[in-house]
Amino acid sequence: MAGSRATSNESRDSQWPLWEVFIQPAGGEPHQHAGSVHAVDAESALQNARDVYGRRGEGINIWVVPSASIVASTPEDMGPFFDPGNDKAYRHPQFYKTPQGVRL
Amino acid sequence: MADTFEYLLRLGDDRLVLGHRLSEWCGHAPILEEDIALANIALDLVGQANLLLTAAAAAEGKGRDADALAFLRDGIDYRNVQMVELPRGDFAFTVARQFLFAEYSLLQSEALQRSKHDDLSGIAAKMHKEARYHVRHAGDWVLKLGDGTEESHRRVQDAVNELWRYTGELFMTDEVEQRLVASGVACDSAALEPAWRAQVDDVFKRAGLSVPETRWMQRGGRAGRHTEHLGHMLAEMQTLQRQHPGAAW
Repeated sequence: MAGSRATSNESRDSQWPLWEVFIQPAGGEPHQHAGSVHAVDAESALQNARDVYGRRGEGINIWVVPSASIVASTPEDMGPFFDPGNDKAYRHPQFYKTPQGVRL
Repeated sequence: MADTFEYLLRLGDDRLVLGHRLSEWCGHAPILEEDIALANIALDLVGQANLLLTAAAAAEGKGRDADALAFLRDGIDYRNVQMVELPRGDFAFTVARQFLFAEYSLLQSEALQRSKHDDLSGIAAKMHKEARYHVRHAGDWVLKLGDGTEESHRRVQDAVNELWRYTGELFMTDEVEQRLVASGVACDSAALEPAWRAQVDDVFKRAGLSVPETRWMQRGGRAGRHTEHLGHMLAEMQTLQRQHPGAAW
């Protein structure tokens, strides 16, 4: 059973569609969630994201995603999804000695 | 040097006055994201004005700085075109004016990167990057409003009709400028017009907007003859420095 698979919340506000913003910091690190903006279309979402989140030297690349496209796990999923890994040390690759000079 | 001072005042005053007009939207824009966007663009323009007026003060060589030029000159000594001092109007008026000016600034700054004046060519490189975003942002709005609802179309067409007679001044040249063109410092304003017109026509066509038939172009700003609006604007802008000269924090 799919159970409590959540899509993003129904937007109860009367504003333009909501978009989630992810900014990539300098150095090619993974994009990080910065917040959200309202916009009518993709181009203005990108511009709004740049204006609201990108003006203090935070990054080099921006992703915007319609919030409705985000599929998220719910708090009820936390147990079944994440617990089993914690108490099974044999599942984690921690018994290898990393050779000197190898960077993880 | 007097010519250079005059020319840098023109460039700086255009951006200082337009930046101030844009800043008047802060807290009043239609949506939050646009409030921030307009404030960002205003800050870009005021930043450019700061650099240009600093260079102007250096060219003048009388010990003034950018603050003295910005806050202690009267309207008659301002050298901006009249288009930028007009009141901000509605949102359609603001984005239409921003688009028309940003296209001009984009072409002008691209040319000024080749200026023989080292400070100016450096400032122009920065201006060019910022103008690219301003054109993108304002142009996008002109398209959205023009090709939008009946009301948005009417408002932006009214804005274009009102603004058009002020656009000619952007491309007027005079002896001061021509001397500087000859010495490699300035770019010829008149030479920018064909490319500007082509870009504007393209966006207007896609937005369903037309250009008014009027041939008469307002002028006078470059000589210190301004509309009645500049005085009121400067009174607000300069009041703090005039009441408390030298105030800083």
